[in-house]
Amino acid sequence: MNKELYSQFYKTMFKIRTFEKRIEEFSMKGEVPGFVHLYIGEEAIATGVCANLTKNDYIQSTHRGHGHTIAKGAKVDKMMAELFGKRTGYCKGKGGSMHIADFSVGMLGANGIVGGGFTLATGAALAEKIKGTNNVSVVFFGDGASNRGTFHEALNMASVWKLPVVFVCENNEWASTTPYLTTTSVKDISDRAVGYGIPGVIVDGNDVEKVYEESAKAIERARKGEGPSIVEMKTYRIKGHFVGDPEMYRTKDEVKERFELTDPIRRFKEKVLLEGVLSENEINKMEEEIIKEIDDAVKFAMESPFPSEEELFEDLYVD
Amino acid sequence: MREITFAEATLEAMKEEMEKDDTIFIMGEDLARQGGIFGQFKGLPEMFGTERIIDSPISETAIVGAVIGAALAGMRPIADMHFADFMGITMDEIFNQMAKIRYMFGGQTIVPMVIRAPDGLIRSGAAQHSQSIEAWFNGIPGIKVVAPSNPADAKGLLKAAIQSDDPVIFFENKDLYRQSGEVPEDENLIVPIGKAKVVKEGNDVTIVSYSIMMKKALEASEILEKEGYSVEVVDLITLSPFDEETVIESVKKTHRLLIAHEAVKRGGLGGEIAAVIAEKAIDYLDAPIIRVGAKFTPVPFSPTLENAYRPKTIDIVNGIKSMF
Repeated sequence: MNKELYSQFYKTMFKIRTFEKRIEEFSMKGEVPGFVHLYIGEEAIATGVCANLTKNDYIQSTHRGHGHTIAKGAKVDKMMAELFGKRTGYCKGKGGSMHIADFSVGMLGANGIVGGGFTLATGAALAEKIKGTNNVSVVFFGDGASNRGTFHEALNMASVWKLPVVFVCENNEWASTTPYLTTTSVKDISDRAVGYGIPGVIVDGNDVEKVYEESAKAIERARKGEGPSIVEMKTYRIKGHFVGDPEMYRTKDEVKERFELTDPIRRFKEKVLLEGVLSENEINKMEEEIIKEIDDAVKFAMESPFPSEEELFEDLYVD
Repeated sequence: MREITFAEATLEAMKEEMEKDDTIFIMGEDLARQGGIFGQFKGLPEMFGTERIIDSPISETAIVGAVIGAALAGMRPIADMHFADFMGITMDEIFNQMAKIRYMFGGQTIVPMVIRAPDGLIRSGAAQHSQSIEAWFNGIPGIKVVAPSNPADAKGLLKAAIQSDDPVIFFENKDLYRQSGEVPEDENLIVPIGKAKVVKEGNDVTIVSYSIMMKKALEASEILEKEGYSVEVVDLITLSPFDEETVIESVKKTHRLLIAHEAVKRGGLGGEIAAVIAEKAIDYLDAPIIRVGAKFTPVPFSPTLENAYRPKTIDIVNGIKSMF
């Protein structure tokens, strides 16, 4: 077993969880303004997929995008500042949670429009193909987004031109407040790959190793110029659609039961301890370092200034 | 000076820019094999290959979305909409993605892309292939919208649009494609985005127009000159954000304003221009502002009805006479 890789998995997943918990707290208090969608319970997906990518590869994210951003290598202090609406944030306070991005690491943006990223990721892949690189583009999307027309147009285009783009479905069973099976023609989103003549696989999205291995295959295939794939990660949305969601559509017990079974961090921790890949001490040390990093990020965000009113027109046009 | 058609002028702009910059490519329906329905892409696939002149699926959403994605990945791509009317299919990509990406991501990226959109009436194209929809984009910050009225401007403006680091919508009137005009043989011909042009000076009244209606604005000015009116004609060229200063300066001189466009009058760009003048130069006006535009119906098919719908030279002439 690769100890370094496993440490990286644990650190990334724990960093996302810790970041999200702090953001939840500040969002509830009203210190983080706007709509916030948490990635808690789905950390294994961003972590496992992005571990196969370099910063020259691209990702397109969703409204639930903090986890993808962290996993792709963004800095948590600039993320935190952005979510607090501060001028030191990645988007100088113009984007917030739903529009977090770090172009310097190939994170081309979260998207407030469900299904908004498919065609953009396909275009980034087209650009890399024209340039003749072997960089790939990955688009994360939910079960709900697979009902957008953009999904189908992008899949057809990517397939017919064999573009290096991987469609990573995070099937968390909830399209906002609607159970996906009541609005979706297939149980497995990956079945839709058949219509586009591309591979579609189902993965336990709460098992970071499986996520890493299966997405590696799809990413490798894309790098070799063999075209796109759908990789469907089965997971479950532990938190409400947004922070403050009264969750009238499900019971607390249901969520608790699912989380006990699926929590990707707990599962991974138990496994690596049992197999002796990482020790309790090593894990504690990682956790302490990450908690400090997040605390520092919060401090940075809170101490940073808000944008001034003069900045309203900045970055609207280049010329 | 040599004369070439509007379509040839755009073709020259494409050739010259694509030769200089290999990050430029164009994607759309029926470009490579057909050369574009108005011949505006003829010969480009032979010169640049089908990797850069790309026949896409009939997927307007994916065309514009992919062009945005490619722009984010360092290219300088162009999307051809076939007919401007089809932009409705891809409005989310245009107004929620393309227009906002630079701003909402705090200037981390540029979005250097062009959407080419053939618009306007063309011999009974009917309701879904004839519209002028430029006003839709007037209220969307982050986009630049341009519309040339003659071959020389078509060439210089398309080159400027391709070179621009901002996303540009390039409306090209379908009826203008075949029309010829003088175009200088100059590879550096650039018509700057953001500047209107006073194409004819006068003292009694200002006509602000653009695209195909410029021809009628100039015709009207000639008719009126014969009757003793001195008419100033301003070609807006950039529709959003438009050059307020040039329009205001002209109105301050002439004290009368008529705005003419082929798009429906209601909700058209004329309303915005009139409002700006009302806010900033109302004291200079000696007569009410008049707007000339199409009737408020879908574009009808039958030639008689299409003609009834179309704004005409006589509407401009009569409008101006009513001001005196």
